[in-house]
Amino acid sequence: MSTSDVTKQGIRGERPGRDARVGAGLRRRKRRGERPMVPDAEFTSYYGKPIINRPTWEARDIAGYFFLGGLAGAGSVLAAGAHFTGRPAAARALKISSTVAVAGSAAALIHDLGRPERFYNMLRVLRPTSPMSVGSWLLGAYGPAAGAAAVLDVTGLFPRLGRSATVGAALLGPALATYTAVLAANTAVPAWHDGYREMPFVFAGSALVAASGLALAAAPPAETAPVRTAALLGTAVETAAMTLMERRLGMVAEPYKKGRAGRLLRAAKVLSVAGAVGGAALGGRSRTAAVASGAALLAASACTRFGVFYAGLASADDPKYTVVPQRERMFSRRAPGSGEEGD
Amino acid sequence: MTSLIGRNLLAGAEPDPAGDAGHRDHPPRMGFFTDTSVCIGCKACEVACKEWNAVPEDGLELTGMSYDNTQGLSADTWRHVAFIEQRKPVGNAEAGERGDLRWLMASDVCKHCTHAACLDVCPTGALFRTEFGTVVVQEDVCNGCGYCVPACPYGVIDQRKEDGRVWKCTLCYDRIGAGQEPACAKACPTDSIQYGPLDELRERAAARVETLHEIGVDDARLYGDDPDDGVGGDGAFFLLLDEPEVYGLPPDPVVTTRDLPAMWRHAGVAAAALLGGLAAVFAAHGRTGGRR
Ligand code: SF4
Ligand code: SF4
Repeated sequence: MSTSDVTKQGIRGERPGRDARVGAGLRRRKRRGERPMVPDAEFTSYYGKPIINRPTWEARDIAGYFFLGGLAGAGSVLAAGAHFTGRPAAARALKISSTVAVAGSAAALIHDLGRPERFYNMLRVLRPTSPMSVGSWLLGAYGPAAGAAAVLDVTGLFPRLGRSATVGAALLGPALATYTAVLAANTAVPAWHDGYREMPFVFAGSALVAASGLALAAAPPAETAPVRTAALLGTAVETAAMTLMERRLGMVAEPYKKGRAGRLLRAAKVLSVAGAVGGAALGGRSRTAAVASGAALLAASACTRFGVFYAGLASADDPKYTVVPQRERMFSRRAPGSGEEGD
Repeated sequence: MTSLIGRNLLAGAEPDPAGDAGHRDHPPRMGFFTDTSVCIGCKACEVACKEWNAVPEDGLELTGMSYDNTQGLSADTWRHVAFIEQRKPVGNAEAGERGDLRWLMASDVCKHCTHAACLDVCPTGALFRTEFGTVVVQEDVCNGCGYCVPACPYGVIDQRKEDGRVWKCTLCYDRIGAGQEPACAKACPTDSIQYGPLDELRERAAARVETLHEIGVDDARLYGDDPDDGVGGDGAFFLLLDEPEVYGLPPDPVVTTRDLPAMWRHAGVAAAALLGGLAAVFAAHGRTGGRR
């Protein structure tokens, strides 16, 4: 620029810092040939500060929502099964519990909003990339179906319509019970995201544990034989999926084993096994044993949901769970001989 | 309307995010190039941002983290200057008497990702893609569900507790719409923060790294400039003098929604298994009276 053009903002066209020869030094030192490509073995962070932001969600609301959604969703499937195989008392109890649970889960979701009075904005768009959007619509379809199934069962009105509502809720229920796993996994929270393959199975199993626990506690023992099998099935699926997930996660599995999350998840395991085995062995004979097993199963499911929730928070708070796996991924991508990483 | 098939809507390089969001005849994609090698840590950007955007005070603490008392990006900090003290020389600069102390300073900001997780997961549509290819929250729509907060791989967007809604850098949507540069870039005395069409910035950045390498600053590298990275490249990218995590940045961020199709598939299988498994259980037990 030949003439400077001085304005109130300074010199127009002048870019003072842009070409600064920062680090040029006084004498030229021989340039090192290789630029460092191998990551430092040591893990570094910015004053130990987390990299991602911790979820703002309240444990009571969102882990509670996971629990209630599972209880409602799996409950509707059990209700339909009981309904169509001549177990009316079990069916009724489950239809009622599903309705109460889905109402509670909607309340928890709204309570957790920063602006609860704007909850209706959830239905402003349908966005398939947002599990929360998909879930809101799902809740909007499932809630009325579950509610109608319960009301028509209790009142005995319109039995045909009641049957359709029971079937409708049973078809939507599994989606409600498992989509919450996608809700958690579709974040940058390492312990949630990296477990996306197994999490839906953990949640499906846990939902089944909760719903069969409720039926075991609320229905007469004569009607709960299939429910007792379901409790065993749920416990088996949840335990297997959880084990697989921890194995796949590697170091990111740590938050599932340590601290509050670790304690909750260990309690969940003990409670679900005790509830399922106790229910299967004694639930058909003793009403007291059935109620105790049912309560243990419900508590187990709640512990699982809170445990998973807290594990996510712990993995968000420590930058190493974000940095180390990403470093390893970069390193394996660069390492000669290793192909493009799969996912 | 062009077909969605074959277009990288969830991950991968995407040349025209604004066009894909439905803007026709839109201006070029605008962004920031933050060249931390010339940052002097004056925090003029932090101040200018607060002033222009009327961002509330976010606590007056002395942290002991060098000169950094803002600590990180948040709902109430949209530009954050990081200070790192290291025992390493910068390039060929002579070490002083006290040894090789160097100071890294870097002004961090929302990356305005090509594939923005915050935008993908927002259930209300409050977050949207502007005609400039930037990502902005509509404060009259956000209901504070908080989903965007853990979705952002960089830890940028956050909830303002007293207010309930989320806030972040808008790349001064109001200013750039009127042909002005964003407040931080305007205030930056060393031109560490450069604003302009992204293509131009990428060229300029590549030339700058070249220069630095030539004069012996081997650890200069670009961060977020690659359209093939996990978020499809950042609208706001950086020149760093050390590994990203030293500055509190993730070394290899990936937009979470890249894996969303696989997540839905797994959930679908789990849901079907739940339904099928229970159908089998009831079938095995038969109608009441069959077994105990
Ligand atoms: S950096 Fe975070 S807040 Fe900014 S656009 Fe990307 S995902 Fe959204
Ligand atoms: S908090 Fe607001 S901007 Fe963020 S995802 Fe929810 S509605 Fe969208």
